[in-house]
Amino acid sequence: MSEQVSINSSSLHGSASTVKGDVLVRAENIGKIFCRDFKKSLLYGVCDALHEFFPFPHAKESLPSSGIMLRPSEFWANREISFEVRRGECLGLIGRNGAGKTTLLRMLNGLIKPDSGFIEVRGRVGAIIALGAGFNPVLTGRENVYVNGSLLGLSKKEIDGKIDDIIEFAEIGEFIDSPVQSYSSGMQVRLGFAVATAMDPDVLILDEVLAVGDLSFRSKCLKRIGQISRNSAILFVSHELGHVTRICDRVLLLERGVPHFYGATDEGLSTYQKLVSSEVMESEAPELHPAIDYFRPLTPEGGGLTETGGVLCIHFEICSREEIPVGSCNLFFMSHQRIIEGQADFSSCLSAIPKGHSRISMKIPRVDLAAGHYLVNVQIFAKGGREVVVHSFGSTRVHVIGPQRVWCGYRMPVERVDLVPYSDR
Amino acid sequence: MNQLPHQILRYYSPQPLLSRPGVMFREMFCDLWGGRELAWRLFLRDVSAQYRQSYLGYLWAFLPPLISSLTFVFLNMQGLFTIGQTGLPYAAFAMIGALLWQVFVDALNAPVNALLQARSMLAKINFPRESILVAGMAMVLFNFLVRLVLLLGVLIYFHVKPNSGLLFFPVTIIGLILLGTACGLAVAPIGALYGDVARAIPLITSFWMLLTPVVYPARTIGLAGWLATWNPVSPMIMIARQSLTGQELTHLGPFLYVFFASLLVLLIGWMGFRIAMPHLIARMGG
Repeated sequence: MSEQVSINSSSLHGSASTVKGDVLVRAENIGKIFCRDFKKSLLYGVCDALHEFFPFPHAKESLPSSGIMLRPSEFWANREISFEVRRGECLGLIGRNGAGKTTLLRMLNGLIKPDSGFIEVRGRVGAIIALGAGFNPVLTGRENVYVNGSLLGLSKKEIDGKIDDIIEFAEIGEFIDSPVQSYSSGMQVRLGFAVATAMDPDVLILDEVLAVGDLSFRSKCLKRIGQISRNSAILFVSHELGHVTRICDRVLLLERGVPHFYGATDEGLSTYQKLVSSEVMESEAPELHPAIDYFRPLTPEGGGLTETGGVLCIHFEICSREEIPVGSCNLFFMSHQRIIEGQADFSSCLSAIPKGHSRISMKIPRVDLAAGHYLVNVQIFAKGGREVVVHSFGSTRVHVIGPQRVWCGYRMPVERVDLVPYSDR
Repeated sequence: MNQLPHQILRYYSPQPLLSRPGVMFREMFCDLWGGRELAWRLFLRDVSAQYRQSYLGYLWAFLPPLISSLTFVFLNMQGLFTIGQTGLPYAAFAMIGALLWQVFVDALNAPVNALLQARSMLAKINFPRESILVAGMAMVLFNFLVRLVLLLGVLIYFHVKPNSGLLFFPVTIIGLILLGTACGLAVAPIGALYGDVARAIPLITSFWMLLTPVVYPARTIGLAGWLATWNPVSPMIMIARQSLTGQELTHLGPFLYVFFASLLVLLIGWMGFRIAMPHLIARMGG
């Protein structure tokens, strides 16, 4: 097997510094092949299954993934992924949609077979690949708890002992004895999560469990995950980077099925943000006034760079066929989730876009943003109206370096902290 | 699977399962045992959900065999075809035959249906897969027990007197379920991927019924005679009906052959089911 553990130079520190217990999950160079063409996919499935009836050494498992020949329309959905998770550790899986996160989790849970490499999993596995799976809409919540509980490996006695907790955690109340089809989707999700986490697993696989459910339930879930994580190995998939920072010790960033980064959470999330923001920049063309030929940033490759509280200079190039008086002019700094974290108004510094070719340079003396990657959104409106002169979404990027962990947002300075001991207690 | 101690190690690789047959058989029986509670739960779920959203409810358990046998009773009464010596009133003969045939058909459909119904569960949760098959078989048995009410009614109404052969009747029902499940399991993996199988089964079974001495007594000569011997369902249906109605058991030898052959096919089908499962899940999706 090839030593593919370290993808990035910093990845070694992750496994070396956080030894907490025995290795519960170990994946070595695993890969999975999928097929784009549905009809061919079914046919290959039949062929593969039949092939297994001849237990002679296959070409596949002895070869490294690079030696496996793909059939027409096939591609690697996962490739050369290696990692390990110990008891008490939490590994976050991040990546864009279709990066292969769920495929990886399904292999770890033994639902599908890897096409290269191997996986070792120790202990009882709890997996929520999709919440509420196996709920029968005609049965009542209580009946479904028993069915789902035994699906996840609990005996009837164990469920009897836990059902009150489950009902309480899910906040279902008296609805537990109504058919599940009358539940709201949030209720179903709460019940599913409550059942799945009631079983005290050694390995817990969570696939975007917090994507649904209201805020108060999410924070309850995070708390529950935190309790479980002390005694088990967790694999956590989420697009909510705040949750990943809060829960995960390390992250594995997948990009098109291949590990892009494996190591410390902060650095992984920062890499991910960069990946996403460059994608956004490529995808959206600016909206321009008809007289404007082009508008583009003049920042170095990779965007502007500054530190929290530092100076930021941004330059743009613009070419207009006529003079356009302008009214409101703004820069918006957005996190990759498109939340506006900061705004800079330069209306007073710019009165008109001149005719011809020109350069707009601006200086922001103090950037009060926390460390992270930001997309810069430029909005210039014509004077006295809402006519767009320039509306460029994610026209450039700014990387803010700072002491804080990866967490975009406005950063407020703290002037002083007084600690006054109560001497009389 | 749920009873395993903490330090159990699961190992997944592209290796074929059959390359370590010892491990595979141990896991098969471990999962069968470990999945018993789940199978029971699934069975209870299916039973209670079965007719919940239906007005006629359990009447649906009786209707298909009742209608199909009454069709033949009607045709026979009108003298549209003649039936040989049945040793019973024809209506009783046909109804018992149709009820027994229904057991076989149910069992044949059970594995494919179980796979298709559990599709989303299979794609998302790892559990002893055997439990859905066991629950399916239990369901067939349960539905038969419901129909037993009708069967008893027929026996009483037509004054059919069983003898000690009745003791053999449960064995014949188990035989019918085994045979049906074995046939169903053999095609289930393909049926999970290709809808053709689920569509073809009703077509094949309705034709198969006419090739089996269900509503007519077995012949000894001609194509019908050959079919009575070589159609595996024939001895099962005949022996079951004979043991129920106190007649002489004429095809006990073939019955036993078919019985044990079904067991063997069932075991092979089970292995195939396990081997095919990860491939099916990868291809059929959630």
